[in-house]
Amino acid sequence: MSWLDSAWLIARRDLLVEWRSRVALNQVLPFAAVVMVMFGFAIDDTSLMRRISPGLIVLATMFSLLLLVERAFVVEREDGALDALHIAGIRPSALFWGKAGALAVELAVLQAVLLVLAVVLYNAEVVPSGVALLVVTWLATTVALATVGTLYGGLAAGARGRETLLPLLLLPVVAPVLIGATRAVEAALGAKQAVTDGWPWTGLVAVFAVVFGAGGTLAFGPLIEDEM
Amino acid sequence: MSGAPTATTATPATRLLGIAAVVGLAGVVLFGLVLTPADQSQGESVRMLYLHAPTAWVAYLAFAVTALASALYLFPKQHALGWDRLAGASAEVGVLFMAITLFVGMLWGRLTWGVFWRWDARLTTTAFLFVTYIGYLAVRRLGGTPDQRARRSGVLALLAVLEIPLVHFSVKLWRGLHQDATVLRPDGDVELDGLMLFTLLLGIVAFTVVYAWLVIHRQRALTAEDLLDEAGLDVAIVERQQEALV
Amino acid sequence: MQDAGFIFTAYAVTFGAIATYAAYIIRRGRRATAELPDEVKPWT
Repeated sequence: MSWLDSAWLIARRDLLVEWRSRVALNQVLPFAAVVMVMFGFAIDDTSLMRRISPGLIVLATMFSLLLLVERAFVVEREDGALDALHIAGIRPSALFWGKAGALAVELAVLQAVLLVLAVVLYNAEVVPSGVALLVVTWLATTVALATVGTLYGGLAAGARGRETLLPLLLLPVVAPVLIGATRAVEAALGAKQAVTDGWPWTGLVAVFAVVFGAGGTLAFGPLIEDEM
Repeated sequence: MSGAPTATTATPATRLLGIAAVVGLAGVVLFGLVLTPADQSQGESVRMLYLHAPTAWVAYLAFAVTALASALYLFPKQHALGWDRLAGASAEVGVLFMAITLFVGMLWGRLTWGVFWRWDARLTTTAFLFVTYIGYLAVRRLGGTPDQRARRSGVLALLAVLEIPLVHFSVKLWRGLHQDATVLRPDGDVELDGLMLFTLLLGIVAFTVVYAWLVIHRQRALTAEDLLDEAGLDVAIVERQQEALV
Repeated sequence: MQDAGFIFTAYAVTFGAIATYAAYIIRRGRRATAELPDEVKPWT
């Protein structure tokens, strides 16, 4: 099977599992919504909430990412799925990109929903001039989080005794994405800076995505090896 | 048979190293607290710099050693566990020194800037490095065979080499948006006269010797523990086999 | 010298932490090596 076919197979499998179980839809998305509401309770200042809504969106994304990654790897532990894949000759890098691809789809949907929630709950406003920046940031952030999440997930998620380690490892690592995505969205929503000021921050997120895309391609193999 | 095993990780070389470490540290105390003058702008609080800068240097050195040792385990075919143990030992000592660095830094900051913490690039990156180390040590304790431990933590250490510069750069870019005017130069570097500079360098040398002593002992203890585990496993296997024969 | 308290604490904590950790690893090393024959240890 070609590399591309393998990756596509994995991505389809993960998305099918999700579609059948609806865990992300029925649990993670509501979780994200709850987090957004809780921010409202905690902050209790409508003009402040509006100004920091980009940060809140990105934070809610990060927390939800943890749940999505855990879920993505629990699937592998059950029924010796990884062994089967290894025997079938699926290469680790294809496994990595397949899983990252499925995770990316889920993340993309998640972020879109969170933006809508921010508009509704915090009175965030999308300015027309910021739409391009918003879309590119959305894409860059999705790829960045999908790659780094899959990589660290391979290390720390899914197996008994390891699931609590994932937040400790993953949240510090995604700091550049947190910083970059927040500043970019702030610019896109016109909350703090001009729209043009946002692009360098999106660039930072894109660099992160490339670094961890490459890192994941190389490092996923050794990490998964000891599970097989 | 060689008689009772020597229950120690020390050798003549490490005893010498240990003596050098103690002498060096005594020198730092003598010079840092007594012989050097107070600074013109920072006052007495400059004395904390003789601890803070050397421990920071050692913490970063320890991190570099961990990363290098991890690579030396992962890349060559033989996957020698000795490198993995060096990586682990260095990381543990690194966490210790980084904790000291942050603590002393906070005290110094309280005296100099009036606050325990500032969101500047260097401090924030150091805090990140600290948390990353802690995560690394947690991964080492996940259990499994020494090779599994070595592979997981080795990959993590190398990923950290990628990640820390990214974090540093992001924070720098971020703090660049907020130019705080400060009386002192933002990173607290001071002009040091001859004796003060000597004390700082003495500190760096002394703490590096301490680092070496600690890492050697820690690595040997780790080796002994790994060997014990292996022996324990062998014993268990033999016992099992004997049960089957009976 | 108001700062004396801070400075003293910095030095005390630094050396105390190092000494405590050193004692800990020496003890751990001794416990682990007590049961291993010398031939197996790379440093003897």
